Amino acid sequence: MGQFGIGQPLRRKEDPRLLQGRGQYTDDMNVEGQFWGAFLRSPHAHADILSVDLEAARAAPGVKAVYTSADLDADGVPDMPCEVELADLAGAPMWKPMRPILARNRVRFVGECVALVVAQTQAQAREAAELIEINWSPRPSVADAQEALKPGAPLLWPELGQNVPVHWQNKPSTEADAAMAGAAWRVDVNIVNNRLVPAPMEPKAALASWDEQEGKLTLWAPTQGGRKIQANLAKRYLRIAQDKMRVISLDVGGGFGMRGQTYPEYVALVWAAKQIGGAVKWRADRTETFFSDYHGRDQVNEAQMGLDEYGRIVALKIHTLVNLGAYMAENGPRMPIEGGGRIIPCCYHVPHFYFSVKPVFTNTVSTDTYRGAGRPEANFLMERLMDAAAEATGLTRDEVRRRNFITEFPYKTPMGYVIDSGDFARGMDDAMRMAEWDTFEERRAEAYSRGYLRGIGVAAFIEAAGGRAPTEDMRVRAELDGSVTIFSGSHSHGQGHDTVFSQLVNEFLGVEPASVRLVQGDTDVTPRGSIGTFGSRSSMMGGAGIKMSCEKLVAKGVKVAAHLMQSEPDAVTFSQGVFRAGASEMSFTQVAQAAWDATRIPEGMTPGLDEGHNFQREAENFPNGCHVCEVEIDPETGIAEIVRYVAVDDCGAVLNPLIVHGQVYGGVAQGLGQAMIENALYDAEGQFVSATYMDYGMPRAHRMPFIEVGFNTVACRTNPLGVKGAGEAGACGAPPAFIGALVDALRDYGVTHMDMPATPEKIWRAIYGAQFDTQESDGIYAEVT
Amino acid sequence: MHNFDYHAPKTLDSALALLRDKEDGKIIAGGMTLLPTLKQRLAAPSDLIDLAALSEMKGVRRDGNGIVIGAMTTHAEVAANGDVQSLIPALSHLAGVIGDPAVRHRGTIGGSVANADPAADYPAAVVGLNATIVTNKRKIAADDFFVSLFETALERDEIITSVRFPIPERAGYEKFRHPASGYAVVGVMVAKFGDKVRVGVTGAAGSAFRASDFEAALEKNFSSEVLLGIAVSPDDLLSDIHCTNEYRAHLVNVMARRAIAAA
Amino acid sequence: MTTKVTLTVNGQERSAEVEPRTLLVELLRDQLGLTGTHVGCDTTQCGCCVIHVNDKAVKSCTMLAVQAQGSNILTIEGLAAPDGTLHPMQEAFREHHGLQCGFCTPGMVMMGVDIARRLPGADEKTVREQLEGNLCRCTGYQGIVEAILSVANPGAVKEHHHA
Repeated sequence: MGQFGIGQPLRRKEDPRLLQGRGQYTDDMNVEGQFWGAFLRSPHAHADILSVDLEAARAAPGVKAVYTSADLDADGVPDMPCEVELADLAGAPMWKPMRPILARNRVRFVGECVALVVAQTQAQAREAAELIEINWSPRPSVADAQEALKPGAPLLWPELGQNVPVHWQNKPSTEADAAMAGAAWRVDVNIVNNRLVPAPMEPKAALASWDEQEGKLTLWAPTQGGRKIQANLAKRYLRIAQDKMRVISLDVGGGFGMRGQTYPEYVALVWAAKQIGGAVKWRADRTETFFSDYHGRDQVNEAQMGLDEYGRIVALKIHTLVNLGAYMAENGPRMPIEGGGRIIPCCYHVPHFYFSVKPVFTNTVSTDTYRGAGRPEANFLMERLMDAAAEATGLTRDEVRRRNFITEFPYKTPMGYVIDSGDFARGMDDAMRMAEWDTFEERRAEAYSRGYLRGIGVAAFIEAAGGRAPTEDMRVRAELDGSVTIFSGSHSHGQGHDTVFSQLVNEFLGVEPASVRLVQGDTDVTPRGSIGTFGSRSSMMGGAGIKMSCEKLVAKGVKVAAHLMQSEPDAVTFSQGVFRAGASEMSFTQVAQAAWDATRIPEGMTPGLDEGHNFQREAENFPNGCHVCEVEIDPETGIAEIVRYVAVDDCGAVLNPLIVHGQVYGGVAQGLGQAMIENALYDAEGQFVSATYMDYGMPRAHRMPFIEVGFNTVACRTNPLGVKGAGEAGACGAPPAFIGALVDALRDYGVTHMDMPATPEKIWRAIYGAQFDTQESDGIYAEVT
Repeated sequence: MHNFDYHAPKTLDSALALLRDKEDGKIIAGGMTLLPTLKQRLAAPSDLIDLAALSEMKGVRRDGNGIVIGAMTTHAEVAANGDVQSLIPALSHLAGVIGDPAVRHRGTIGGSVANADPAADYPAAVVGLNATIVTNKRKIAADDFFVSLFETALERDEIITSVRFPIPERAGYEKFRHPASGYAVVGVMVAKFGDKVRVGVTGAAGSAFRASDFEAALEKNFSSEVLLGIAVSPDDLLSDIHCTNEYRAHLVNVMARRAIAAA
Repeated sequence: MTTKVTLTVNGQERSAEVEPRTLLVELLRDQLGLTGTHVGCDTTQCGCCVIHVNDKAVKSCTMLAVQAQGSNILTIEGLAAPDGTLHPMQEAFREHHGLQCGFCTPGMVMMGVDIARRLPGADEKTVREQLEGNLCRCTGYQGIVEAILSVANPGAVKEHHHA
């Protein structure tokens, strides 16, 4: 590797721009003469709309238009579908509802869009929206998945007759039952995996603009690559040619999986822009963003695992409920089955596996992909089971894991996915050594002498990266001025593609990163087959696309170089940016520049080195790792401080360690957020009561630990760069590592599990539960000091 | 945000005249609570009367056995003030843990006290240190000032000009931050004045209060151990999605003991 | 019903007609075109909008434009030297990978400058506490804390693992 090539911790190219306030986020965009949109949202969790009076809103100052579902229906704008197809064991397909862009006759969650007001200023639009009079007839609501299963629970879709649209199972439970019956040990866990809000720092915004002359719509929005949104908007909702819809997402303030979807607001805004023949801008505030962005997690998992006398798993049965929210989002029910299903049962060999999933409708925001998308839930469940297995068998926590790790690769999982490579035991050994696991008991004793409770937790995890779509389109063009432009289907919303992709071009073409330019996030100029960035796929999909494009450039460059150096292509070599033929040599840049001159290239050749590649992946890759977390609990307050955090990750070949570590840090913080504090909470009336940063606990700097990181690199065997994804690993490792540590700290209090978020009060109650239940609070204090 | 008229009077008299004149007028000091409230359209005053130009209401000065803090003095200024640091370090500490640095650069003691947010820090200091609230009209004793949730003894045409804190022998403040917002779930100021002890509690209830059981015990023996057996009733305490009233009751005791240790 | 506000922004005198309800951040972004300062919440929690008003870090979403009359304002756009040389804090954020998506970054950098100025020699714990009012969703704060420490207290930066 050269100074700027693969594996170097190159500082980011995008930083000087972003550090000087020169980012180009959606809300930074404006179109002259633009109007402003404001959505009226449902204040009810469940209600019928008896009547709507728009008169006062339409008459309000500055109002251009007020739209409801009636207007969209009149223009034939269809409702939104879920893209997932599932069936039960008998082959009966999953029942799927459609979501109206603007609520039609009934609302099903607080925050659902009901009407769109378009006015000259944002204040006017918002004020007019408040003047819309709706005669509501509230209905009973249910927000919790377990409650929604009970007889008599309010039904989201009465036509379905229940709140469960399918009971999916991988197979009948017969074999697993039989194996379980013969197990020496059986352990059970029941887990609520808390609902989260992705909460990227950039609130949602959009600007839709109609260009009459071109007959073309443009949408600026914070997406993760707009090609699919472009196709949906153009073909499904507006019924225009795809090229007549342009989606632009230059800088995006965080994605985390929930920005790839075609949200109803986007549909309404582009449609409205076309209606008024102008531009409509919409800027959500934070609470509105909480209502609009799809949520993550929200599963209930009940599992039983059987082990033989040696502590080896013989059977595993999992029953999962996934809270879909009121509608089925694009990927909603996919989370446990394909999201988690790609890896479950995670790092371990399980001979008999039964998996049952019930998606459940409730009066809440829909759930969809959020950092990890089913894999954090699966890993959390497995790691809680492994800790329970250690407790039951008397084996140490590492030993019970070691006895069950998958060790032979390629390994076909019970769900049919093939893990190409990994060394899970080495990762665990490294993490435990870095965390000084061996001497932990000394630290526990020392903390105890100060009145604190210490615990340590270990979590092995596996991830699946690459995303569902098996292709990505990349293009690399050598420019006349000696620079190189990458037209990227992958999209960076913080991942540092400008830097890493430049390193790849440097590696393969020898061009300095400063002379490489990244073009992304504009459907007019990015490759037509572009997909975007999600599922930790950019290093493999985008990276391989660049590698293959560069190889094509070199292949063509060899012919040009041979022509220029009066040699034969077979006699030309290329390495480290230089074409050589005998004693002659030309740099890549010289050849690339010459290639644009039709008089200097072989006859019949198209000028220019400009090649694209649609990379088709052979398989997903399987990042994995082991995290160790050490906590110290202040028993009087229940505050758990993370005193040590070690993350050892196998991200395959590391393209830029600075950036890979950054992904790990961020993922760990979101995982710790889930474990410690984050909770999207609904009350009994279906009100979303943590819809601001005052109520939704975001991880802050003073609660986050300094994270020590290490790599346990095992190159991936199924992609050209040997890479594995890095983006979602931290969110998988942190929750079980933290909860494992917490439970370890509280083991003397009989605590075997704690649901997330493990808030200070929850921890305090675990410690003082017995005394507390008697309401005799005197005793609470007696034991403290 | 709804629109309003904005006034920046140069004198207290003209501020008071505006306040009397504008029926739905509201005073703005640092604006750290008021502006978010307006942004969320939870209030719609007709006029905002900004006290920022009243320089006589800024600053800290010694006054006999006390410290007088102008109502428009920011939290950062109080925290960094040498007199406060040396004479009432607990008050400096309290001011330094309000909100975050940017909030401390704008938020003022007068605004915080007048707003009487149950989760604000200053009310614990006012009650615990037995401060006197000085207004354009009168001097209000700490024990008479906080009435209930967001409600004080202030009359409609009354503006806090300063807050006077007597200098305690010893004092300490400890706070348990709200897991999400960082506001005080419980904040306790314990102060010893000769043989008198005051314990001011914020965050736990609708308004700041004195923990009189604690005070009585501490007057006999000013040590944290003496509080170990004294329970706080959760009955009138606040509950929210992060912290129940029972937990708050427990934390009042813990924070009080830690405040004593810090005093 | 607008008022004229005159203030110094990044060393230049600027004027604008604003409504009383116009927030300082709205004046900067919408009227003066300084879109480097961001808005991430409505409750004064996130710190994306932190700028300096008269040399102090302030949340520009919680200050009215009219309240900034006559003030000296420094935004992220004015931090680097006129020749484009990054401010040491900006350079530190780059060196320590203190940013990913970049949205919280302007507020973080402006707060970082404020912290380093007020608390030279601050330790890691202090820096973390001082970031109470600045949220980041991407970095886990690790690079941010390292960056601020590297300016405020270079000796406190833990051994670097990136080489």
